[in-house]
Amino acid sequence: MSSPARSTARSAAPEAPTRARAAIVGGNRIPFARANGPYAHASNQDMFTTALDGLVARFGLQGERAGEVAGGAVLKHSRDFNLTRECVLGSRLSPATPAYDVQQACGTGLETAILVANKIALGQVEWGIAGGVDTVSDAPIAINEDLREVLLDLNRARTPVDRLRAAAGIRPQHLVPELPRNAEPRTGLSMGEHAALTAKEWEISREAQDELAVASHRNLAAAYERGFFDDLVTPYLGLTRDQNLRPDASSESLAKLRPVFGEGPDATMTAGNSTPLSDGASVVLLASDAWAKQRRLPVLAHLIDAETAAVDYVHGGEGLLMAPVYAVPRLLARHDLTLQDFDFYEIHEAFASTVLATLKAWEDARYCRERLGLKKAVGNIDRSKLNVNGSSLAAGHPFAATGGRILATLAKLLAEKGSGRGLISICAAGGQGLVAILEAA
Amino acid sequence: MQARSADWYQGLVHNPIGGRLTRTLGLPAPALLRRYRVGQPLLEGPALVGSAPGGRMQDVVVRIVNQGAGEVVTEPSESDRSRWAAVVFDATGIGEVGSLVQLPQFVGPAFRRLGRSGRLLVLGTPPESLDDPEAAAAQRALDGFVRSAAKEARGGATANLLYVAQGAEAGAESTLRFLLSARSAYVSGQPIRLKAGDPTPAPTPNWEEPLAERVAVVTGAARGIGAAIAEVLARDGAHVVCVDVPAAGAGLAEVANRLGGTAFQLDITAPDAPARLLDHLRQRHGGAHVVVHNAGITRDKTLANMTPDLWSSLMAVNLEAQLRINRALLEDDALHDAARVICVSSTSGIAGNRGQTNYAASKAGIIGMVEALAPSFALRGATINAVAPGFIETEMTAAMPFAVREMGRRVNSMGQGGLPVDVAETVAWLAQPGTAGVTGQTLRVCGQSLVGA
Repeated sequence: MSSPARSTARSAAPEAPTRARAAIVGGNRIPFARANGPYAHASNQDMFTTALDGLVARFGLQGERAGEVAGGAVLKHSRDFNLTRECVLGSRLSPATPAYDVQQACGTGLETAILVANKIALGQVEWGIAGGVDTVSDAPIAINEDLREVLLDLNRARTPVDRLRAAAGIRPQHLVPELPRNAEPRTGLSMGEHAALTAKEWEISREAQDELAVASHRNLAAAYERGFFDDLVTPYLGLTRDQNLRPDASSESLAKLRPVFGEGPDATMTAGNSTPLSDGASVVLLASDAWAKQRRLPVLAHLIDAETAAVDYVHGGEGLLMAPVYAVPRLLARHDLTLQDFDFYEIHEAFASTVLATLKAWEDARYCRERLGLKKAVGNIDRSKLNVNGSSLAAGHPFAATGGRILATLAKLLAEKGSGRGLISICAAGGQGLVAILEAA
Repeated sequence: MQARSADWYQGLVHNPIGGRLTRTLGLPAPALLRRYRVGQPLLEGPALVGSAPGGRMQDVVVRIVNQGAGEVVTEPSESDRSRWAAVVFDATGIGEVGSLVQLPQFVGPAFRRLGRSGRLLVLGTPPESLDDPEAAAAQRALDGFVRSAAKEARGGATANLLYVAQGAEAGAESTLRFLLSARSAYVSGQPIRLKAGDPTPAPTPNWEEPLAERVAVVTGAARGIGAAIAEVLARDGAHVVCVDVPAAGAGLAEVANRLGGTAFQLDITAPDAPARLLDHLRQRHGGAHVVVHNAGITRDKTLANMTPDLWSSLMAVNLEAQLRINRALLEDDALHDAARVICVSSTSGIAGNRGQTNYAASKAGIIGMVEALAPSFALRGATINAVAPGFIETEMTAAMPFAVREMGRRVNSMGQGGLPVDVAETVAWLAQPGTAGVTGQTLRVCGQSLVGA
């Protein structure tokens, strides 16, 4: 009872526990593929529609009108302005199902679920589908920015002379297209480079990172072996399991890899302990308990609450991917919980070092006091409860699809256990972090 | 439902130039079989119905044909040259060998006038139920008669024998409808036994949707015969739970979505598979009325090259998984009373097949399993039967070498391979609530294949 988190909880939102809660009924995803692999020629629309149709088949939703479908992609073609609605129209759901796009970087998938769940909790919709998709293989390539401006000038030109003048602005170097970059616009650093800064600051060892990566592969492989994903994954384009999964990954094999992020002899981040660029899609079926019961569908877990934080990684001296560290204590406080009150922790493995830095920060009393404004450390977790069925290091990480993967995985874990509580933590570009609490039904 | 064009020769025969060529050369012309479509009348033409003295079935047959809006003729006139859609002879009352001469007297002249995809149906009394040796002999004689007539049938016509036990008359409707209709397109030369139901099945309110309100499970539903079975059960009104291995999930989802069913990815060989299946059925559907064990694999090798691994991996899927699931079903309330279990066997399991010692053994094992389990299922008012497809046009047979494929296709009385839908229609008939009197049997869907007859 001495936790500072608890003392703030009572004043923050005393009525929180009485809110209606959305049920997680189930999920579906296609196996995640490595970039330019089996899904190289699949579009976001192809993959998300397939994921939706797999969900429809699993739960017999053919021709049904969902309250809404919320989806999104981080890397998106301009023609996909209405991506999710287009996918719904191409799916077996009723064409009368409304849909909208969301984009919150790697938090997209979880954010869509929060949005749909909130509407369910408020009674605005009875059931809905949340999810996300991303392809790095079928990435949008835009025309050169300077050329774009010339062409727009050309379009605005009224007279032949104006047109000639505008057209004269075209230069050979304009042929170089604009490629999407995995870099923060305000720092110019890639996400890996940012993570390397944090890894160095928190002195995360190479061995600890490799160990986390090995556990991710082993846990994911074991989950596949025991059929855990039989009702969560539908094969696609010949891929039946996540392509990145290496069941035989070992600390020895990972130790041979050369660092790819960070500089100098003490660089620790390799292709083995960082997520690969991936393609994939995932969806989650959310509903009111009443709807699920009426249709004889299971309630795996309830989405209790969620919190999003953002940090100033540009000028504030905070790591780009450290926002979940801030979000979790705020969420715990709202529910009068401690970090130790969970049976499962799903911490998105953007990089092994991100997970380890997150855990280390919560254990650091000074950091918790100075940065998080707490009276003492958030504390440590039982590592045997962390990512027990693997996470992004093994499965891969198609940005917007990761939230759906984690939600469905954790919900089923809780359903198997039959009781308990799980914590989700997902870091996202722009210094953002989304966290959520699930409870067994 | 399925393209006919898989059979190149049939396509040739039925195009104007090819037809002239094959006729000139005196080659056989496999008929285009009449197949069931929703809304199709039971028979397209008059039915000739006759009976030997003491027959028990004529009234039932006449009523069914009349309900199907068909004309019934009992006294054929010499002047009428119209084609019979069906010829039905009730031989249930025959107790002496001498009376069998009524077969050539009645069926003989009528057989010549049997129309395209016509039906010869002979009704008898199960010989094993008769104490008098001569009566048993006479009734058993019907079997040889019908099998031979089936081989003489032309133009897609079939001949089948239905042995109706004393007291089973009222429960014969679903079977009579199946054998008379286009649903039995590729079933010929087969004897079927109908037991007296206890209780007699409730009347089927709608013959267009005999499986309305029923929940059916089909394993191996992602493609081929399994997908066709799922589709026909759904067409007949059932909600179909489509099951296949997780690796086949993409096709499975497509099938489930096409027919408005649900997809359930499950490796039936997993130790917990029966429990997971039953839990799923109980939770999601409140139980199942129909279970179709269709999942099966081939691991062909000649006996000299057959390894224990090839043998065991096949047995695990084709036979052991079914046994374990059936055992679990028997003990569990997730299977409704008066349920229907149908297992897919194969004519390989009856006749044997080169390179298929393991496959044929598993499929013969299914026949044994069905016979052995029938009494246990009967205690719950349920039935268990097998269907044994012969040569069916699937991806599997399309991959056969040309000569082997042509052999398989032609060596049957219909001169052609069957379609997945033919197996599916037979399964759907056995799945009906009304088909309570058929159990422990293996029905061949093989166009009266010459092998293993």
